[in-house]
Amino acid sequence: MTDADLLDPAASAVVVADGLASRYRDGDTETRIAVLGLLDRRAADGPTPDVVRDTGIRLLRDALRTNDPRLVAAAMGGFAGRYLGDHDWRHGVVKLVFMGVPLDGVARLDERADAELARMAADLAEEREAAGRPVPEDLRRLLAPAPAPTDPARPEGR
Amino acid sequence: MRIFDPHIHMTSRTTDDYEAMYAAGVRAIVEPAFWLGQPRTGVSSFVDYFDALTGWERFRASQFGIRHHCAIALNPKEANDPRCREVLAELPRFLRRDSVVAIGETGYDSMTPEEDEVLETHLALAIEHRLPVIVHTPHRDKKHGTRRTLEVIAHSGIAPELVVLDHLNEVTIEMVRDRGCWMGFSIYPDTKMDPGRMVALLQRYGPERILVDSAADWGRSDPLLTLRTGEAMLDAGFTADDVDLVLWRNPVSFFAQSGRLDVTPLPGFELGGDARLFEGNSILRGVSAAEPTVATEGVR
Repeated sequence: MTDADLLDPAASAVVVADGLASRYRDGDTETRIAVLGLLDRRAADGPTPDVVRDTGIRLLRDALRTNDPRLVAAAMGGFAGRYLGDHDWRHGVVKLVFMGVPLDGVARLDERADAELARMAADLAEEREAAGRPVPEDLRRLLAPAPAPTDPARPEGR
Repeated sequence: MRIFDPHIHMTSRTTDDYEAMYAAGVRAIVEPAFWLGQPRTGVSSFVDYFDALTGWERFRASQFGIRHHCAIALNPKEANDPRCREVLAELPRFLRRDSVVAIGETGYDSMTPEEDEVLETHLALAIEHRLPVIVHTPHRDKKHGTRRTLEVIAHSGIAPELVVLDHLNEVTIEMVRDRGCWMGFSIYPDTKMDPGRMVALLQRYGPERILVDSAADWGRSDPLLTLRTGEAMLDAGFTADDVDLVLWRNPVSFFAQSGRLDVTPLPGFELGGDARLFEGNSILRGVSAAEPTVATEGVR
């Protein structure tokens, strides 16, 4: 399937989901990053069918488990901003801080940052200070965000 | 100084490391099963890895005068992948092997319900097989994760002295100490814990139930930071006996609870001196009067 096929809103959702999953599974890291980019483009183009959304979330979780900052950063784009559950999304943000990847690339960061993320950031800042290590600017940014409204399109947990 | 590194991933290290570790005084190690940086996608990858830990890696270490034991588990990260979780059914046959002295590393990565379930399964297996457990505490949300880990441990009914919580720091040490578990510290070049901070913790809390490890793996890490910690202890006024307690007798006591630990010198290394090349072979060195039994270098 071509990129155009995978992005076609009129294409069968099952076929698109399967195409994304197999391209990710069969691909190298660069290909996987490109698949995550296609997910972001689909999310930007309007509502995503359930089966594509579920497959996309599974691929995001796989990328978020890796230790490769390129994959983790690519997983925290527009698709994650729109569909990834709060728990996984918060862990993705904090993981980027750990990896030293700037948070500017995280989609919907200001909108989704909530009290629980601020709590995680505060605990991490406490550890860094107790260790006599610097607290990165991106971590400070997470400490006191505005409360975010809950989006019913996303699960509360995972 | 004799050193027992209770947490090191030698599969990711070179023979240069084994040589340097032996020269630094390392005579015994425990290698917990973990992930490889690249997520696995199926059970057979784990089975081969566990075979390598109990087979080839143990042999490789022995060629450098180092006793190698391992811990077996499904690591927390891959516990989230249903394709990997099936390996839990394969664990018991590995847990019966003589070289397996613990279950680990288990614990939390992202604190998901799947990780909860796998941690509980590992603790139940530990009780059934009467083995100690190495519990990894999470990098992200460590304080919250450590507290939740302690609750799951208490709920499981396992004796706290059979459990070490590793990768602790200034913020998490006290809650673990209060519960009676062992406290593990991974000394890293610039992150988890460093020798100076470790000495400060030992001065404040004493050396009882403390394990110091390098947790060296495929990331930026250093297998000799156990030695550096011992040196920093001596510089700070600790006695050689204190250092021996932390770097040798504590890990021996902890893993001896398995009933399987052997820390006697390997044949050919009884005098503790430098190992010698065996006819120039880079892998079968130090085994005097032995014929090479593995492929020479270049045949991997």
